[in-house]
Amino acid sequence: MQVPLSWYLIVAAALFCIGLYGALSRRNAIGVLMGVELMLNSVNINLLAFWRHIEVATASTPAALSGQVFAIIVITVAAAEAAVGLALIIAVYRNRRTVAIEDVDMMKL
Amino acid sequence: MSEFFFNLVWLLPLFPLAAFAIIVLWTNRNRLLSTWIAWIGIGLAWILGWIILFLSWANFEELTPPVHGHPVPLYSIPTGSLQLTLGFQVDTLTALMLLMVPFVCLMIFIYSKGYMNYGTENVDPRYSRFFAYISLFACGMLGLVVSDNFVTLLVFWEIMGLCSYLLIGFWFDKSYPDPKRITPKEAGLKAFLTTRIGDVIMLAGILLLYSQTGTLTFTQVFSEETLHHLATTYAFPGMPWATLIALLIFGGAVGKSSQFPLHVWLPDAMEGPTPVSALIHAATMVSAGVYLVARSFPIFVAVPGGLQLSVVAFIGAFTALFASTIAVAQNDIKRVLAYSTISQLGYMIAALGVGAYVAAVFHLITHAFFKALLFMGSGSVIHGVEHGHHHVHHGHSDTDHSDGDFDPNDMMNMGGLLKRMPRTGWTFIIGALALTGIFPWAGFWSKDEILAEAWHGFQHGGEFGVTMGWAFFVWLFLTLAAFLTAFYTGRQIFLTFAGQPRTEAAKHAPESVPSMTWPLIILALFATFLGLFGTPWANQFFTLIGEKAEVVGEHLPHGEFNLLIAGVSTAVALAGWFLGWLIYGRKPLTEPVDPLEKPLGPVYTLLKNKYYFDEIYQKFIINPTISLGRVCATFDRRVVDGIVNAVGTFGRWLSSWLRKAIDNPIVDGAVNGVGWITAQAGEFMRATQTGNVQNYILVAAVTVVLLLFLFLIRA
Repeated sequence: MQVPLSWYLIVAAALFCIGLYGALSRRNAIGVLMGVELMLNSVNINLLAFWRHIEVATASTPAALSGQVFAIIVITVAAAEAAVGLALIIAVYRNRRTVAIEDVDMMKL
Repeated sequence: MSEFFFNLVWLLPLFPLAAFAIIVLWTNRNRLLSTWIAWIGIGLAWILGWIILFLSWANFEELTPPVHGHPVPLYSIPTGSLQLTLGFQVDTLTALMLLMVPFVCLMIFIYSKGYMNYGTENVDPRYSRFFAYISLFACGMLGLVVSDNFVTLLVFWEIMGLCSYLLIGFWFDKSYPDPKRITPKEAGLKAFLTTRIGDVIMLAGILLLYSQTGTLTFTQVFSEETLHHLATTYAFPGMPWATLIALLIFGGAVGKSSQFPLHVWLPDAMEGPTPVSALIHAATMVSAGVYLVARSFPIFVAVPGGLQLSVVAFIGAFTALFASTIAVAQNDIKRVLAYSTISQLGYMIAALGVGAYVAAVFHLITHAFFKALLFMGSGSVIHGVEHGHHHVHHGHSDTDHSDGDFDPNDMMNMGGLLKRMPRTGWTFIIGALALTGIFPWAGFWSKDEILAEAWHGFQHGGEFGVTMGWAFFVWLFLTLAAFLTAFYTGRQIFLTFAGQPRTEAAKHAPESVPSMTWPLIILALFATFLGLFGTPWANQFFTLIGEKAEVVGEHLPHGEFNLLIAGVSTAVALAGWFLGWLIYGRKPLTEPVDPLEKPLGPVYTLLKNKYYFDEIYQKFIINPTISLGRVCATFDRRVVDGIVNAVGTFGRWLSSWLRKAIDNPIVDGAVNGVGWITAQAGEFMRATQTGNVQNYILVAAVTVVLLLFLFLIRA
């Protein structure tokens, strides 16, 4: 039996909300970063689910791999983003001896 | 070939102008170089001027004024629908002036080097400037005679006026112990302002001429149609335009040629350096007035027997006699010559007034030569006496001379100078013979021609409707003036050169340097022989400007020799000389008292004080003018300034009210209000900028959710 599309979407939405909650509520900057990763991956699930759904519905050729390609690009970008984010956090830590996000409010005038 | 040189006529004023510019801008510090530049400038003008003279002599038939001439137009001024063409021209009248102007200028330029004490310790501190000024003056005079229209003529006329002012006041720092004696600075101002009266009148005439004819070019103005138009249209009843314009133009000549009643400036102009007196106030500039009348002669005779000719004749004849009476009682050697100049200019003007156009120009030319000679001779005398005075003063410091009181111009301080200064003396005597009209010197021929024409006018009725009465009046006055001329000239010669020196200074006066005496000798030659070109039998002057001239459609008459008149004028001149010898020569003066003083009594005082003209003008014209000026100034300060100040005060009050009522509450309020609103908005928005990343994300997330809801609701 085939898992219906809505199940995937519910899982992805849940994952997104968990990620959003994590990004908004964690004090630790690494936790925020992890929340962001969760949100990105929930988007990946969506992308793949819709890709599969459309492929089945239209019976298109297997060469149309656009959904997977999108997901892979997102993973790549997320990896790069994680690297940059962690580097930033380390830099902030070296300067301020903290990674608590509410203490890093230098963007305020 | 003549075409080529005639087309170069515009170079004539340009040469001295270039010399002026070069001296003023670059060589002012180098005296010798400045001298040479001025000499070269005028020398080139002289050579070109004489080339043009001889070429136009050869072609005089095509070049006789007033309507013929070789035009050299330079440019046009567009004036609406009319074109005002400015340029130069060559005709025989111009050519005749070119005989005299550049040559006399050159002689005087050469003479100036010695007079300004080049190469001695007394050299004038403003030596180079002097040469620059006289070069500019030469530019003015040359430009005047080659102009082909009234506009450039007026411009050059005014350049000369300016130079005259600058040169009379050349020693502007000089002052005299006698406070009543006029200083060079005041004399310059007086000359400038007095001639200015004439210039303004003349300008009015020129403007009227333009308004009536629409042209100011000589050949067009003097054409028969134009003159006919001027003579037959009336400015107001009984006054044709030609008469009015002629009278106004004559006003300019009265000022420039120092005729009564504007004669007062010329004697005081003698405060300038003597070369200037010779150049400007004897030979060239003052004759510009006569030249102007001669040039505009067709306008003067456009209305036959009109008022204008009577006025010209009267002013001329009266001035000739009047000035010669004053000259009798002057002791300043230069002032005698100044009054003599006024008198001789009167001769020329009177000649024009009786229609003797050729004779007037002839006398103008000869007079320029011998009067320049006399002036330069007097300058040489003054120079010598001054040097003698210095010599005595420095050589024997125990003598009783004091520098302040000694006047080297005073003939009473001279005497016996012929032995000390033979070259100056003999050339001066030649000039005097020419001036007094003794046969065969130049003055005899030219003066005799004027008298003969006047007499001819009396006997047969004059040309151009001159009445017999006027002609006789002119002849009588001029003959009387000839007698007085001979008398005061004889007096001058005997006082200056004859007898024994009356002061130590005269006893030690040295002869002047060669650069001063050579010009005298050359001019003396001209004073002797120039008249031979104008004898009644072979009158080259008549050939040049008279024979082919068609003034208002008529040919000029040929002046005839009249033995009676020649005899009378010679007899009168000899009588004058004899009387001069009788009083001053027979028994040379030993005391500086004029023997005329006692017998003439109050008349002598009257003459000595020049008929009190200066005092009368001071009292009746200058003082009222100054008083009027004061009244105007008071009016200006009280009323005009009051109004201006009131306007200012009102303006200030109004603006302060406006500030309080409008600017502060409304304009400033609006501006401040905008600022306040912006500040408040900023204050409010600022609260959202926490700097905390999580807040921003929250805002973004909430916004997305809200938009999502909106989207769903709309769908």
